[in-house]
Amino acid sequence: MAKPKLKEHHIHRDWCKGCGICVHYCPKSVLELDENDKVCAVRPEDCICCRLCEYRCPDLAIEIETE
Amino acid sequence: MAIKDYIRERFFPHLWCPGCGHGIVLNALLRAVERMGLKKNDIVMVSGIGCSSRISGYVDFHTLHTLHGRALAFATGVKLGHPELNILVPMGDGDALAIGGNHFIHAARRNIDLTAIVMNNRIYGMTGGQYSPLSGYGMLATTAPYQNIDHDFDVVALSTAAGASFVARSTTYHVQQLTDILEKAINHKGFSVVEVLSQCPTYFGRKNRLGSATDMMDQFKETTTPIGSKAKEKDPTLIERGVFVEKDIPEYCAEYDKVIERAMKKGA
Amino acid sequence: MTNNIRFVQGNEACVEGALYAGLDFFSGYPITPSTEVAEHLANRLPAKGGKFLQMEDEIASMCAIIGASLTGKKVMTATSGPGFSLKQEALGYAIMAEIPCVVVNVQRGGPSTGNPTHVSQADVMQARWGRHGDQSIVCLTASNNQDVFEMTVEAFNIAETYRTPVVLLLDETVGHMREKIVVPKAGEIPLVERLRTAVREGVDYHPYLPREDGRLPMSDFGDVHRYNVTGLFHDMWGFPTTNPGVVHGLLRHLNDKINNNANQMARYKEYYMDDAERVLISYGASARSALHVVENRRPRGERLGLLELQTLWPFPDVVVREKCRNAVSVCVVEMNMGQVMQAVKAAVDDPGKVFLANRIDGNLITPTDIRGILRLIQGRGV
Repeated sequence: MAKPKLKEHHIHRDWCKGCGICVHYCPKSVLELDENDKVCAVRPEDCICCRLCEYRCPDLAIEIETE
Repeated sequence: MAIKDYIRERFFPHLWCPGCGHGIVLNALLRAVERMGLKKNDIVMVSGIGCSSRISGYVDFHTLHTLHGRALAFATGVKLGHPELNILVPMGDGDALAIGGNHFIHAARRNIDLTAIVMNNRIYGMTGGQYSPLSGYGMLATTAPYQNIDHDFDVVALSTAAGASFVARSTTYHVQQLTDILEKAINHKGFSVVEVLSQCPTYFGRKNRLGSATDMMDQFKETTTPIGSKAKEKDPTLIERGVFVEKDIPEYCAEYDKVIERAMKKGA
Repeated sequence: MTNNIRFVQGNEACVEGALYAGLDFFSGYPITPSTEVAEHLANRLPAKGGKFLQMEDEIASMCAIIGASLTGKKVMTATSGPGFSLKQEALGYAIMAEIPCVVVNVQRGGPSTGNPTHVSQADVMQARWGRHGDQSIVCLTASNNQDVFEMTVEAFNIAETYRTPVVLLLDETVGHMREKIVVPKAGEIPLVERLRTAVREGVDYHPYLPREDGRLPMSDFGDVHRYNVTGLFHDMWGFPTTNPGVVHGLLRHLNDKINNNANQMARYKEYYMDDAERVLISYGASARSALHVVENRRPRGERLGLLELQTLWPFPDVVVREKCRNAVSVCVVEMNMGQVMQAVKAAVDDPGKVFLANRIDGNLITPTDIRGILRLIQGRGV
């Protein structure tokens, strides 16, 4: 099976509480918290679509869309 | 369907604190339900009182937010009233095992087909950080300022002894295992208990200097091990994860159908 | 001889009434003097496809019937004193969440373990005010087994009509007394069935929005409408809210739907009341002794009458006030320290003419006990 290719990180900024779990567990350091403590994908090109951020997000605020 | 189709989006962001493990349990539970392809009309979520129990407000199932400790008793009535429904009963550790302890062991003893999810954050969070039956010896809480002298229950051993026919444990760190276990638990015909170690960084973590939400999740990774692992032999203090009990024994609603059959035969 | 004539205990008459009303689900816990209700239902209910459940405690029994009611079943539990105390929290939940259910309390002596095998009527105020918070409740009672049957059916009808728990307050004497009952043919007593919403799938359903007639159509768990049920103050969809307007409105609704229908729910019987100048007011087992006094003294020219209350809550103020308007004295006969007497005093024009004939020692109040008080009221010595 071909490796999934990232289309987009859908981030629900209103739902994100900035706990940093996704940032901490991202194996490729794709995510960071911005100045408002909301998650954003700063290096989307490095994303391997493992979805660990999506699965561990307590706020249901991240969704990985693949092609 | 996407997992967002299973939630009541208008109530988000939810009321749980930043980094609360309960949101991860919700996340994993929705994924399990989605994977199983369950219909929303076929699911009832029954919860009690506490941080954990607010989960029922966020899911787009039939939802019954009840009294502190009594979720399993309400759920027993729902299940017997309509046995075809899948009944999910998420509870906090105090909810399930202190005020609701009696209902918990008796639901297990009956082996009624309910899925009990014990969201174990070792603290009463909603009321501000008092020690719970799972806080553990030596821990600190607002009501244990000189260290807790109460010993905790082992939820797995307790549920097993009480007769639950499916008993498992996982953590909010191990989300994929957690989702798999929840799916098995919901599929299981009989009383299922899933203990989920869940972090409360706001109260339990802060009181006991356990660090941030991610620090606490890293501890789940470090202090737990799969059932029967080599690591457990070396370090018996490790907490085992996985499915401890999965047995096929008569389920209560099915048994009740036989009671009706016998009663009708006698009456006829 | 037709087989609808039965010689039964009051507790069994209650069971017959519940089955007649269409009881589907009962959960309970053994407790004297109500246990026979559970025993008979354990035997009878499964035979008609219903479910009887003996739960781990009184609390769980009350919770389980609420859960079953939400799946569309007609439900009941039965208990006595200490068990009634334990059920209060969940009974409050049923009031708040508007769950139709019937709670039978076969009264014994209290407080605490009290006198399990002896009669009392001291839970009248507990039935009214046993839960925390402002609320109203419906409470029915009966003095003979035919009436136990009929009031049990009535309890189910009121529970379904007003979407509310109904307390059926029996007592040890009536519960254990054997009498003839005639079970009416099906259809003879009209039954109120669960009012289900006509709102179709995909259309917004409001489980807590009363219709113009005040009734709130329900949707069973498992049906097409998914809503929330909670003990928190909630909006018309059942979701928690602290909005002051919604909180105020809900609390008013919960109280008004009972209190504004007090006259419709007022059930009572009257004996020799037309020209009565001295009125006895009584209910349950006490009313039997009171009736004996009236029937015994009438031939001697005493213009005594009996007003037997079958609805205790909402208190039938209007009935009591009207019936007692021309009375010289009103004597409330009950086995407690004046719980209904207080309500009668609040209802009549002149509370000074209200007296109490009571007994609180675990024995049934006798006609002689009542007669003694009447002599005192009449100024005729002890």
